Amino acid sequence: MKRSLIAAVGLAGVTALVLGGCATEPAEPEGPVTITYGNFISAGGNEDNLTAIVDAFEAENPNITVEVTTLPYGDYFTALQTDLAAGSIADVVDTDFGFFQTLADSGALAPLEVANPESYRESLIEAYSRDGVSYGLPSSFSAVVLYYNADLFDQAGLDYPTSDWTWADEQAAAEAITALGDDIWGSHQPVSFFEYYKVLAQNGESFLNDDRTAVAFNTPGGIEAAEWLVNKSGTVMPTIEQGQGTPDFDTNLFVEGKLGMLHTGIWVFGAVADVPFSWDIAVEPGNTQQASGVFSNAVGVSATSENIEAATLFAEYLTSSQTMVDVRLDTGWELPPISDESQLGVYLTKDNPANRQAVFDSLDGIAIQPIVATGQQEMQDIMNEELIEAQAGRKTVAEALASAEERINAVIGG
Amino acid sequence: MSVSTLQTSLVDRAPVTRLTAPVRPAAKRGWRYGLTVAAFLLPSAVPLALFVLVPMVSAAWISLNDWNLITAMQFVGLDNFVELLADPRTAAVFGNTLYYIVGYLPLVYVGGLILALALNRALRGRSFWRGIYFLPVVTSWIAVAIVWRWLLNPNNGVVNTVLGWVGIDGPGWWTEPAWSMPSIILASAWKDLGFVMVILLAGLQAINPDLYDAAKVDGAGAWTRFRHVTLPMLSPSTFFVVVISLINGFQVFDQVYAMTGGGPAGSSQVVVQQIYDLTFRYGAAGEASALSWMLFAVILAVTVVQIIGQKRWVHYA
Repeated sequence: MKRSLIAAVGLAGVTALVLGGCATEPAEPEGPVTITYGNFISAGGNEDNLTAIVDAFEAENPNITVEVTTLPYGDYFTALQTDLAAGSIADVVDTDFGFFQTLADSGALAPLEVANPESYRESLIEAYSRDGVSYGLPSSFSAVVLYYNADLFDQAGLDYPTSDWTWADEQAAAEAITALGDDIWGSHQPVSFFEYYKVLAQNGESFLNDDRTAVAFNTPGGIEAAEWLVNKSGTVMPTIEQGQGTPDFDTNLFVEGKLGMLHTGIWVFGAVADVPFSWDIAVEPGNTQQASGVFSNAVGVSATSENIEAATLFAEYLTSSQTMVDVRLDTGWELPPISDESQLGVYLTKDNPANRQAVFDSLDGIAIQPIVATGQQEMQDIMNEELIEAQAGRKTVAEALASAEERINAVIGG
Repeated sequence: MSVSTLQTSLVDRAPVTRLTAPVRPAAKRGWRYGLTVAAFLLPSAVPLALFVLVPMVSAAWISLNDWNLITAMQFVGLDNFVELLADPRTAAVFGNTLYYIVGYLPLVYVGGLILALALNRALRGRSFWRGIYFLPVVTSWIAVAIVWRWLLNPNNGVVNTVLGWVGIDGPGWWTEPAWSMPSIILASAWKDLGFVMVILLAGLQAINPDLYDAAKVDGAGAWTRFRHVTLPMLSPSTFFVVVISLINGFQVFDQVYAMTGGGPAGSSQVVVQQIYDLTFRYGAAGEASALSWMLFAVILAVTVVQIIGQKRWVHYA
């Protein structure tokens, strides 16, 4: 899974930040200063876009030089933890929402004096705050949507997906498309923790109990949600033996025109842009309610940085400057985390996919990532493993969930 | 370091001639002598200290602490060891590692021996074949693992396709828990065949041809010569292969990480993969260090037992 979820987006409407009054704007240093920035957000195709933002920052702040180190997402957190252990952490670091909790809990991040907190989407900046103090600044957000191959829908004589579709509608369309040919599959959805907590929300259920000390998914509704994921395999989606679950398998299947519907993030817009068939996106269908996966990344400033002011200045520029907004919107590099929605209008006017409104509509109902105090990664690994046991048919869904419940509760100390 | 020096360093072979000449006492050799020795030792002693001894001592200290790599360490005494011993996963990862060794060692030894015997003959293009079989040894594990994942792809891999031609429904190599470890064993044995072959080849070539002639004169057939000349004379090389393979076997990681990541359902989770996961995924560097030391103790014990046991079956010419 590429990004981590923004929990607190769901908390929108909670009291606004009262930071504004006491914040002092970080000033540019008097003498020349070099700060380091460790990132994964630009890895794999957006390196030039990041360079454009960094260059613009350096031009505006001639005393600050930014040294950028880029690592792929898969390696980034191993390197970051090693740097933390060795005391060689960069001044400014990327994080996803899941790891932000660990970083903030451990005191590795400096509290930030944000000059313009109101320029960020409220729910996003709150997601990276503790008791009203920012420890991270959101650098982007993105949503998971339903991609569909319009040609296959036409061929099967089906109506295109809309934002009021439910699981039943998706299932019916997926079966009709799968019936089109041996190589054609109806719908692909990963069988994983990140999908599971989302489909739980789509079914009105919850992954964790209210005080986050035990799981709450081993219910009839939770079993139904897991079956919704697991039972796609081998019916409307290829099995693990057929390659399902390997990197980029789903995107490739879609690009090859062999897949009717694809559940994935807006970060693959680029990968499917030039396919020789017509396609579009829709809000992901829910069962009892709509709930979408929304992901965000953020930057934090190291608590041990010798240049916290300069680092904060850069972090803020990287996440809220006009240059950043322009670069991200021009190149489709996820979405800028800004509060001024009028600026996002440009995004909606672009084509391919046409229905970009679905990205914003997805924000109306957000599945919040379950976050626990200890054992986050282990919890996710256990859930993935048990779901795959059910998918492979080595356990029934009920057995897998019961086993997951017992194992996860033991880890998260419920 | 050549194979033969490595071999010698592993056994307590008696010196050929006893040194009887009086040796000057160390104190009188002077500082020049000391400096010369230090100069020769330094190039290997410095990296050894930096990258082996210091990390080992650090790991020993970390194993007595609770540490997630980020916050300050908390001293917990032997708690990590106690927790590991009580955790069923510890037995599981040692069990999986043992499964790997038991499957891998006979396969790679017998395979390497067959290759060595074949390429020890006067064969056309012998050097070429030796090179070919050694090629996987010098290839990156990541590349090898990706190729083997393709070969063993349950759906359209070469192996299952060929099995299909003869009417065998191939298994889900790395997708089924029962087959994940056999897949890793197969790939590992294939990769290391060339290494074992080279060592055994060197051993074969060191066997005095007169022994074969004498055996022939005594009426020994091909099998008897192999059984009573080749195998005993090859035993030092065999010993070396077994010791090195066992040490490497206990530390198996790259191929597991790249081929299965320890899955499915933990079926190929080995000790080192568990150490990695504990450190970098589960924020339990203390437990991981404790597990490293447990692994070290096991490897040391197994190696000592082998070195003691070799007196019974290893014959030095």
